[in-house]
Amino acid sequence: MSDYRIKTLVFVGLSLSFLGYTAWIYFHKEREDHPANAAAQHGKMIWQEKNCGSCHQLYGLGGHLGPDLTNVYASKPEAYIRAILSAGTPVMPNFHLSENEKADLIEFFKYTNSTGTSSPKSFTLHADGTISK
Amino acid sequence: MPMAPYQNKNNHAAPFITTGLILLCSALLFGLLAAIQYIVPGWGRDTFSFEKLRPLHVSSAVFWIIAGAMGAVLTYLQEHNQQPLKNKALVKWQFYLFATSFAGILISYFFGVFSGREYWEFHPLFAIPITIGWILFIINFTTNHLKLKGAPVYVWMWFTGAVFFLFTYLESNLWLIPGVRNHLVKDMTIQWKSYGSMVGAWNQLIYGSSIYLMDKIAGNKKYSHSPIAFGLYFLGLFNLMFNWGHHIYTLPAHAAIQYIAYIVSMTELYLFGRIIYLWKSSITTARKNIHIRPFQFLLSADIWVFMTLGLAIAMSVPVLNLYMHGTHVIVAHTMGATIGINSLLLLAFAYDMAGSQGEVMIRNKKLIDRGIVLTNISLFVFWLALIIAGFMKSFWQMSDTTEPFGAMMLRLQPYFRVFYIAGLGLATGLGMVIYPLLKKQWTKRLTRNTASEFSGGSYQEKAVEIA
Repeated sequence: MSDYRIKTLVFVGLSLSFLGYTAWIYFHKEREDHPANAAAQHGKMIWQEKNCGSCHQLYGLGGHLGPDLTNVYASKPEAYIRAILSAGTPVMPNFHLSENEKADLIEFFKYTNSTGTSSPKSFTLHADGTISK
Repeated sequence: MPMAPYQNKNNHAAPFITTGLILLCSALLFGLLAAIQYIVPGWGRDTFSFEKLRPLHVSSAVFWIIAGAMGAVLTYLQEHNQQPLKNKALVKWQFYLFATSFAGILISYFFGVFSGREYWEFHPLFAIPITIGWILFIINFTTNHLKLKGAPVYVWMWFTGAVFFLFTYLESNLWLIPGVRNHLVKDMTIQWKSYGSMVGAWNQLIYGSSIYLMDKIAGNKKYSHSPIAFGLYFLGLFNLMFNWGHHIYTLPAHAAIQYIAYIVSMTELYLFGRIIYLWKSSITTARKNIHIRPFQFLLSADIWVFMTLGLAIAMSVPVLNLYMHGTHVIVAHTMGATIGINSLLLLAFAYDMAGSQGEVMIRNKKLIDRGIVLTNISLFVFWLALIIAGFMKSFWQMSDTTEPFGAMMLRLQPYFRVFYIAGLGLATGLGMVIYPLLKKQWTKRLTRNTASEFSGGSYQEKAVEIA
């Protein structure tokens, strides 16, 4: 077999494996990954349009200036979240959200909280280097 | 296979490098402004807040890498083929599409228009010209060199990078489909799958160009045709495709993603071991070529490859990742990769294209020398400060403390101050390196000496002679 044919075979083999893996990622269903309701869907769009992720994280992914908000709905009272959204903080600006927008954003936090726990403390560490819940 | 000098009198890919350098200046400026908010919490809160400054910084940096990579590939492709690009009009269209998109995106951030997606924080409408521009790049590449048979490894890498970038870029926009967007875990899995592979894709373009440049310095193509070069290329491709899972170990996605990413990432230990094994011969090569300007950047990038790869391998072990995820250690890793590796390699290409001769380069020799040293020292302090801050945040995350987030951030202030001062040094060092490149371009425009110097060739003759 020629050198070029070997290289092509390796390239095609890897690419096909990648496409197979990609298809599995797209189409397999996670048990906990239920869809957001209409209000939470709108809340997610507000989260994105206001670029909240530039400072805050979901599951540890995002900015580092503010705290991770994946489970904020479980750790803080709803009134507290609403107050922060209404007035901002010394670091976070007031985004002048309407009452509906605040309600939908809180619904989004309720949804993110229902998908799982982001705290690294909630994992079990294994001797082989892997982690699990 | 000796490499003959090729004088490209009218390089239509050069504007990509110039635009990239201007974007790098923009990334440095907005990075410094954004970082003020770490040391003076609340600074600019109501006028120039972080959710605007961060995308201005990040997008400028990403666009510098993309523009620089496209410019390097299209320039070196002409040198490799020993002829200019076939369709100059198409290259111009590619450039105009990207340049207007970059400008439009940065302006839109000032008006608070966002998609809110990490890295690609611009409005999804901008994805259309970027996608078309990238398709033009693929056309410009393939119509000039589609033949992979007998091609050196860097041509394979350019081809891989061009195709996989398009695939992963389109994938990163799948959130526009409600069925993806409305399932948080699925959305985040696909998002970070695309980002992980996309970084691998642009690395293929940049590392491919660096192999071309090393061949040019050596004056032959022995390495780029060798089995080890192709072995390492396929190892890189394997990691590009399957190791992205380390970004989302803490996401409640399928456990198989964790196992695949963990196992695949460990193959990078071979690369790490190889760097250590070849350390001695690397020093000999360095001593021989240290006086060559582009080689100085290649050498700096090599050291950053070693440190960044070490950190990346540690981050790929799920247990260790747990202590770094969501902390500034990740920022340190990103900075090491984008500045220490990507930017330094792109600057090596820019200096190679600019040539070491000419009044501007000779007059600014000391400035460039000092700039390189200042960049590397500042980047190391910057990197270290972020790692220490990251581990302190990690202890906070893993402990049972009731200390609020704000109080923990205040405790990290001394490290953020060091990070900021080092950032100032880094911006100054890079500025000292960028200035002669832009000045040479600007002077050339004034004298209407169109692209005769900023196009590769003059340095090459010297490199061949030395080798």
